[in-house]
This record gives sequence, C-alpha cells and structure tokens, in this order.
Amino acid sequence: MEHLFTNLAAAFTGWMITLGLSPVWADIILLLVKWIIIITIITLNIIVLIWLERKVSAFFQERLGPNRLGPFGIFQTIADAIKLLTKEDIVPSAADKLIFKTAPMFFIVVAVMLYTVIPLGQGMEVINLNIGLLFFISIGSLSTIALLMAGWGSDNKWSLMGAVRSVAQMISYEIPLAFSLLGVVMISGSLNLQDIVAAQDNLWFIILQPIAFITYFIAATAELNRGPFDMPEAEQELTGGAYTEYTGMRWALFFLAEYTNLVAVSALMATVFLGGWQGPWLPSWLWIIIKTYGVILVFFWVKWTFPRIRMDQLMSFSWKVLVPVSLGNILLTGAGIYFCKWMGWC
Amino acid sequence: MLTNYPALGIFFLITIAFPVTAMGLAWLFRPKPKAAPDDEKFTTYECGVNTQGKTWIRFKVNYFLYALVFLAFDVEIVFLYPWAVKFGVLGPFAFIEMIIFIAILLIGLWYAWKEGALEWY
Repeated sequence: MEHLFTNLAAAFTGWMITLGLSPVWADIILLLVKWIIIITIITLNIIVLIWLERKVSAFFQERLGPNRLGPFGIFQTIADAIKLLTKEDIVPSAADKLIFKTAPMFFIVVAVMLYTVIPLGQGMEVINLNIGLLFFISIGSLSTIALLMAGWGSDNKWSLMGAVRSVAQMISYEIPLAFSLLGVVMISGSLNLQDIVAAQDNLWFIILQPIAFITYFIAATAELNRGPFDMPEAEQELTGGAYTEYTGMRWALFFLAEYTNLVAVSALMATVFLGGWQGPWLPSWLWIIIKTYGVILVFFWVKWTFPRIRMDQLMSFSWKVLVPVSLGNILLTGAGIYFCKWMGWC
Repeated sequence: MLTNYPALGIFFLITIAFPVTAMGLAWLFRPKPKAAPDDEKFTTYECGVNTQGKTWIRFKVNYFLYALVFLAFDVEIVFLYPWAVKFGVLGPFAFIEMIIFIAILLIGLWYAWKEGALEWY
C-alpha cells in the first residue's frame, strides 16, 4: 500500500515510453494526470470541508446544521454548488470589467499552484522543487493581489474598504509568517519540503520549535482571512468585503479559492511542523490526510470560539507582538543549535 | 526528463484552464436575460440607496506607513532565507553578523514604533 501511487506513476510512465513517446512527452502527460488528480482532490475537499465547517459551527452553537439532503446533510454542498452554477452573472456597470472578471480566476490559479510543492506522501509530489518552502510563501502571498483586484475593480465602497483592510492585514502578517518558518529551515538546512520531512525522522519540529508553530498558526489564520482575523470580510459591517459585488460562479470561485488556500496551508503546517507523511502502520499518503484534517479542525475550532478582533488591535498585534517574538525565535534557534553542538548532542 | 521549472510553467498554464472551464460550465447553465445596461440590477450596491460620490478616493495614510515598514522587513526576509539554509555550514561569525543585521532592523522598527507609524488613528 505504501508505494501504491509511486509504483502506478512509474508503471504509467514506462507504459507511455513503450508506446513510442519520448521521455519528455511521457513526463508532460504524467504531469497532466497529476494535475487532474490535484483538481479532483481540491474539489472533493471543498465539498467535504464546507459541509464539515457548517456541521462544526452548528455543534459549537448547539444547532443541528445541514440535515436535509442525504445522511447528515452531506449532499448540501453539492446542492449549493448546483444553485451557484445556475445563477445569473451580474457585472455592475460601474465596475472595471477586465479587473473585475480576472480577479476570481487569478485567486484560484494562485491557490492551486500551492499544491505543486506539497509532499502528499513518500516520493509523492507534483514537482520536487529544491526551493519548495520559499515557493510556497511567495506564491501564497500573491493572493493579496487578487483581493485588491476584486476590491478595486468592483467600484464599490464596501469592496474597496474590505480589500484595503485585507491587504494591510496580509502584508503585516506575512512578516511573522516567513520569520517563523526560518527556524525550521535553520535546523533542517534545506528549503526542499521532502528534506524537511526527512529531517523530522526522530522528532517533529513542533517540539523543537513550539514558538514558531504558534506564531505561524496565528499568522496563517490572518493570511487566510479567517476568524478571529476576518475583518476584511466582516459580514456585519462590510456586507461581504471584497466579494460584495460578485454573484454566481465568480463568487463560488472566490469561496473555492479560500478553502483551497486553507487546505494548502494546513498541509504545509502538517508537513513542516507535524512530521509530514511520516507515521507508523498506515501508508504515508493517509498520514498526511489525517494530519491535514487535524490542523483544519483546529482552524475551525479557533474560528468558532474567538470573537473578531478590532482593526487597530489586529495591526498592532502583528507588529508589536508577533514580529519581535518571531525574530527572537530565530536568535533562540541559532543559539540553541550552537549550544547543542557545544554540548555534543548533535 | 522534464526539469522542475518548465514543469512548473506547464502546470501554471494548464491550471488557467480550471477557472475558465468553471466559468464556461456556468455560462452553459445560467440564465441570460436581456437587460438594458442601465437596469437597476447593474447599479453599485450601497445598502439600497444610490451611490454618493466617488469610490476611488484617497485613503487613510496609515495603510501607506504599514506598507513602508513591510517593505523593509520583506527585503530582510530575502536576505535571511539563504543565510538560514546554510546556517549549519557558515559558522559562528555569520551568526553574529546576522544578529547585527537584525538589530539594525529592530532599531528601525523601534523608530517607526516611537514615531507612531504603528498606531491606528
């Protein structure tokens, strides 16, 4: 079971070459197959995750949640998707048409690109990039531009306010996000995510880097615009933030991209701090799913427990608490590594 | 064999097909009523009343100050990542150098803090 998918991929490439294709074309077709698998994973995840979030929030608020379609309401998301598919597409006449239309597409493309570097199992990643972690951070920060495009292109005051807030929030929390991962890079000595997983053979990095884990978790919550940091789309005061003017499929693409980002960031947290695909008994690709869903459930828990925090508190928390703490963590890690070498433990 | 970066480019190009297909599918299913361009539904949403004034106006200066501080730290991240990868090889001198570098930036953060750039008015 362990090498099921890697063996299948190797057999597929071999079969393509026996058909007379050059190795480059066989690789391109394999990449296409991997792309289809990634898209399927994303789509299935969304269907499960939206249902799960509604059920979890219902549990927290002592409601029932969706319970009409199918067992425990599991088909509710599919019904919602069909409804969104058949909705009329309204583009406001005041909007900047080109920017308005490309913003959701840009957002989802950026979100899908995050999955290229995440190791989904032993030797299972779309592209084994040697700067995987840096690639993930840089591509992940591009979603700021998509939100700004949506807010600016809509020509709506709610949208622009939401967009400007989210840009300010995301650039502020990007600094502690990148700093907190530095400690892990210093210990493992590589930016390749497979190498980082391999470095956690004996000990997960959550034990060596607890401060980094907490700062990364808080910064990631803010990067994802999830509660308690969801000021950019605070429904009670901004109606819908940057998404106010969007209808039907365009709005659905934004929603899809948000959940895609959530899964990607959770998978990265599982990879970097929780030992990735390593684990006993079960095959590696099952372990990463279990760990990712564990992190996602913590995200849900945080969102439905804490009240939303105010904009000024939000910004000062990043600059006055998280940035100094994560910088201190880098120095602490460096000193720790030298102490460890001096004592002869590593 | 396909190397990493061309593969990344190909992946990016085929990923564009995903939202395009989704929009195409929605185009097949959605109603397309003929409406005049000045129809009520194409107006900008503002809680039911007509919009007042321009949207694209000057914004609060605080956002700009945060962006400036962000820029300084973003450049620092670019310098820190290669250093962190080679941390085990470089030796103690590089570590002390980086402490000095971070200290200089912390003075910058302290200055921005003191001048009130991080306050929200």
